[in-house]
Amino acid sequence: MILFEFAKRNIRLHWLRSFLAVLGIVIGVASIAAMGILGNSMVLSIGESLSSVGDTIVVSPHTGGSGMGPPGKTNEKITDRMVEQIKRAVTPNLAIPVYSGGDRMKIGSKETAGVIYGIKIDDIPTLLEVDEGSYSRGETAAMVGRKFADENDIKVGSRISVGTKGIVRVSGILKERGMGFDINPDYGIVVTDNWYAQAYNATDYDMVVVKVRDLAQIDSVKESIEKALNKREQVVNVLETKKILETIMTAFSSISTFVMAIGGISLIVAGVSIFNIMMMSVTERIREIGIMRSLGAQRLEVMKMFLYEALILGLVGSTIGGVFSLLGGYLVSSLILKTTKYVFVPSSLLPVVYGMAFGIAVCLVCGIYPAWKAANLNPIEALRHE
Amino acid sequence: MSQDLAGTKPVIQFKDVTKVYSLPAGDVIALNHVTFSVEPGEFVAIMGPSGSGKSTLLNLIGCLDVPTSGDLWISGTRIGDMSDYDLTLLRRDSIGFVFQQFNLIPLFTVLENVQLPLTLKTQSSVAGDRPKDVLMSVGLEPALYTHTPSELSGGQQQRVAIARALVNDPEILLCDEPTGNLDRKTGTGIMELLAGMNRNGKTIIMVTHDPKTAEYAKRIIIIEDGRIQ
Repeated sequence: MILFEFAKRNIRLHWLRSFLAVLGIVIGVASIAAMGILGNSMVLSIGESLSSVGDTIVVSPHTGGSGMGPPGKTNEKITDRMVEQIKRAVTPNLAIPVYSGGDRMKIGSKETAGVIYGIKIDDIPTLLEVDEGSYSRGETAAMVGRKFADENDIKVGSRISVGTKGIVRVSGILKERGMGFDINPDYGIVVTDNWYAQAYNATDYDMVVVKVRDLAQIDSVKESIEKALNKREQVVNVLETKKILETIMTAFSSISTFVMAIGGISLIVAGVSIFNIMMMSVTERIREIGIMRSLGAQRLEVMKMFLYEALILGLVGSTIGGVFSLLGGYLVSSLILKTTKYVFVPSSLLPVVYGMAFGIAVCLVCGIYPAWKAANLNPIEALRHE
Repeated sequence: MSQDLAGTKPVIQFKDVTKVYSLPAGDVIALNHVTFSVEPGEFVAIMGPSGSGKSTLLNLIGCLDVPTSGDLWISGTRIGDMSDYDLTLLRRDSIGFVFQQFNLIPLFTVLENVQLPLTLKTQSSVAGDRPKDVLMSVGLEPALYTHTPSELSGGQQQRVAIARALVNDPEILLCDEPTGNLDRKTGTGIMELLAGMNRNGKTIIMVTHDPKTAEYAKRIIIIEDGRIQ
């Protein structure tokens, strides 16, 4: 349509100011949509963690501080008696006491360091999944985290010498677990509790992982642990993974709100500059408007001529912004979430569509008044305009 | 509607038309009880000093304005109380404008400028051969069709403007000082072109203050102080 062509050529004629006005739309749409993508990816990835570890309650010694410090780094421990109390409190659910620590390790001639977990042979399959080989059967057998194995070229059957404590034989490689809230064996090894206790002369545990069979019981299980151990004074911290995830989500949502606010401000500023260049465009073309009207262009057609201009600016800005938001979402997601598999799913792409629609809407709204003004010029005066 | 003058229907008929502009300093009577009519195929020159009401007359004939009182028929339609929408339709289909400053759209090529009224009428960008035929008839070579107006001489631009005015085959060709921005020789060429159009039956109303130009017209209307002399 010729009116669209008219708008297009006018933008091309004034490409620099059009470009500058579009820039604001690009920034606004990109930041809003990227935050939407990241937010959604976060919800999805946390949702996935929730279903895999959401049934978990972690009991760690009370450190007097925030209670969020890594377990095993304090002198406080969980005694056998406390483990028994926890076991009684959570029946029929499973309570798994865990030793945790770290040490230097030697694989062949290669020296490195990693975390070590000591878990009862029978409990290992409950907590962990094997990827290659089998679960530990003997006391000197160990399971190795996937990343630790890959980085140090560890195979099933390899031997690892742990500090000065002895040698373990690798019976299986664990499936990669990702960000966990109970134990993180990806960069370490899992040995049997007896081996750990002997090697490190340990009697007390660093944490107890409770697996709750029915998700609906999480709160009541947590409560009964609290009641059994923390009645007089707080000796343990009882954390359900859902709470930890909620804390992260809250933190994220305030960052997200902040960035979205910046995006929103950017869109408002962009809207003002679109309005500004549209007004300039109308003023510069008063005579052309008069000519168009004398040739028989209706008011609505003159209005369309200018709205097309706003629409083109909006479409171009929003499209570029949308592309940038995908790139940005991909980048931020890979940096923060360490995975990009949630970026290109429909629910993550929805914010891009919303962001783009919003950007286009801002342009159109800001184009309405200038277009209306152009349409309602008196054709006689417009024709006489110098 | 009156059917005077040997049964032909006038294309323009003013009956006691008055146009008053309300200005802060008071009312200005631009046209004062004007009555006249123009028959199909006439070539009329409207002359008069500036401020005489020439422009007002032209705006009324061009359906850009409506009278304050009196009756005015353009192309058989009474325009006294027409909406802006209907006036615009009438302008599009029955009036072709030729201006002193040519008034071509600088962003469009010669051909696109000529296509413009046709596109507005048909709401379609497929123009067919009509724009090229009209451009040929005003004496422009096809090599110029893809040029923009700024690349053309004044005379060529006015020919494009005439082609644009004629593309919808309007009943009335309305020319406002068509040679005002041209040198004598180029102006003569344009006037010859318009005279030829008139010989082929086109009704032409032309405003001018140049007596030499007015000689091409078959009838001269002189207006002074809002009245026809």
